[in-house]
Amino acid sequence: MITLDGVTKTYAKARRPALDDVSVSVEKGEFVFFIGPSGSGKSTFIRLLLKEESPTKGTVAVAGKDLSTIRSWKVPQLRRSIGCVFQDFRLLPNKTAAENVGFALEVIGKTKPVIRRVVPEVFTLVGLEGKENRMPHELSGGEQQRVAIARAFVNRPLVLLADEPTGNLDPDTSVEIMRLLDRINRTGTTVIMATHDSNIVNQMRRRVVELDRGRIIRDQARGVYG
Amino acid sequence: MRAKFVLTEAATGLWRNVTMTVAMILTTAISLALLGAGGLLYVQVEKVKELLFFKVEVTIFLDEGVTQEQRDSLKTKLEGDTLVQSVTYESRDDAYKRFQELFKDSPDLVQNVKPEALPESFRVKLKDPRRFETMNQRYSDSDGVDKVSNQQQLVGKMFSTIDAIKTTTFIVALIQGIAALLLIANTIQVAAYSRRREVGIMKLVGASNWYVRLPFILEAAVAGLIGATLAWISLILAKWLLLDGALEPVFTSGIIPVIPWSYIIATGPLLALFSVILAGAAGWSTLRFYVKV
Repeated sequence: MITLDGVTKTYAKARRPALDDVSVSVEKGEFVFFIGPSGSGKSTFIRLLLKEESPTKGTVAVAGKDLSTIRSWKVPQLRRSIGCVFQDFRLLPNKTAAENVGFALEVIGKTKPVIRRVVPEVFTLVGLEGKENRMPHELSGGEQQRVAIARAFVNRPLVLLADEPTGNLDPDTSVEIMRLLDRINRTGTTVIMATHDSNIVNQMRRRVVELDRGRIIRDQARGVYG
Repeated sequence: MRAKFVLTEAATGLWRNVTMTVAMILTTAISLALLGAGGLLYVQVEKVKELLFFKVEVTIFLDEGVTQEQRDSLKTKLEGDTLVQSVTYESRDDAYKRFQELFKDSPDLVQNVKPEALPESFRVKLKDPRRFETMNQRYSDSDGVDKVSNQQQLVGKMFSTIDAIKTTTFIVALIQGIAALLLIANTIQVAAYSRRREVGIMKLVGASNWYVRLPFILEAAVAGLIGATLAWISLILAKWLLLDGALEPVFTSGIIPVIPWSYIIATGPLLALFSVILAGAAGWSTLRFYVKV
C-alpha cells in the first residue's frame, strides 16, 4: 500500500535531513504506529505521503503509484484516497459537525443527495448519532476528534493518516478514539498513526516503527513503545 | 463543479473585506475610465487625421470672384509644376459634401453652413511636403488666389495638444491600472488568509485546484467587472454632461467632430472584457506564485 525506498528529505537551510535514507513498506489493511520524539521525522513522513513535499532522494509510492510521477493537477486525486486526522482536529468553527463532514464531500464535487445519504452513515459509524447539528465548540475534545475522523473516513479512503490524534485528549477518551481507529482498520483501511503516547502503543500491540533523527531504529510487529 | 458553492464563497469574500473591495473597485474604475477616454480620444484623432491631415497637404483657396480663365491657367500651372504630385479641384459643392461628411455628427453645424460659405480650392499634394514655403511664395500672389494654406501646420498644432492630452491620459491610466492590480493582489492575499482554514481542509481532502482557486479568481473578476461598469457609466456621464453639455460649443464651432454615442456604448463591453481578464489573471497569479493556494 505504502512504500518508501531510500527516502531522504532535507529541507532548505536545515543542518541535517528530516528523513535519512528511510526504506519502509506498509501493507494494505495494516495498522502501524510511527513513534519517536519531536523532530524524528514523523510529520515529514506524513507530508511526503500527501505530496505536500517531495523527497530529496528516493521514491515514495502509494497504492503502487510512484508519487514523483503524479502531475500536480492529479495530486487532489491522490489526497482523496488518503484520510487525515490531526491533534488539533481542524474543524471549521462556523459549521456544524454534519456540515464539517459534508464540506469535505461538497468540495470534491459530491451532490447534495449523496451528502445527505452518506453523512448520517458515517456519524453512526463514529458513534455520534444525534450530534450532527452541534457546533464544534459545543462538543467535547473526544467528540470533535470523532467528527474529524468521520470527515477523514467519509470518502472511504485507502489509508487513514493520524498525526497524534490523541495528543489533546485525556487517557479514557484516547482509548475510545483508539477503539474507533481499530474499527476503521478492520473495515480494511490501512491506518498509520504517529504518536508519543506510550500507553496506547503498549495496549494496542500493533506494528511499531520507531524513528530517531530521521532514521528508522526499530521496526517491530506487535511492538511496544520501548 | 458546484456553481453555487463557488459563487457563494466569492460573494462572501468580497463582502467580508468590504473596505478593500471598495478601494479595489474604485481604483479599477478610475483606471478603466481614463483608459476608455484615452482610447476614444485616440480613435477620434485618428479619424480626423485621416480626413484632414493626410488627404490634403496644401490648399490653394480661390478668390470669391475668380474667373474661369484664372482657374484654368492656375490649373495648368500647377499641373506643370515640378513640386506638385497631384492636383484636385474642389468646387463649392464638393467642399460642402466633404464638410457634411466630416461633421455628420453635428447636424446643427451642417445646417447652419451653406455651400456658398465654403471657398472653392485646389487641393495639392506635394512630392515633398516640406517645400510648402516655396509653394506659398509661388502661388499666393497669383491672380484669383485668395490664400495658400498649409493644413499640416494648422492642424498639426492642434493635434500635438490633443496627443499630449491623450498620452497623459494613458500614463495616468497605466499608473492607476498598476495600483488597481496591486490592490487586487492584496485583496486576494487577505481573502486567502481569512479563508486559510477552509483552504487547508479543501486541499487536504483533495478538492481540485480549480475548486480551491476559483472563488478567489471570481472575486477579482467580479470586482473588475463592477469597476468596468462604473468606468462605463462615468464615460456615458462625461459624454452626456460634458461633450453634449458644457463643452458643446467647442465641438459645434471647431474642427473636431463629436465622439458618437455608438463609440461610447461600444467601450463598455471592451473595458469589461479587458478588466475581467486582467483582474482574473492577477488573482490567479497571486494564488499561484504568492499565496501558493
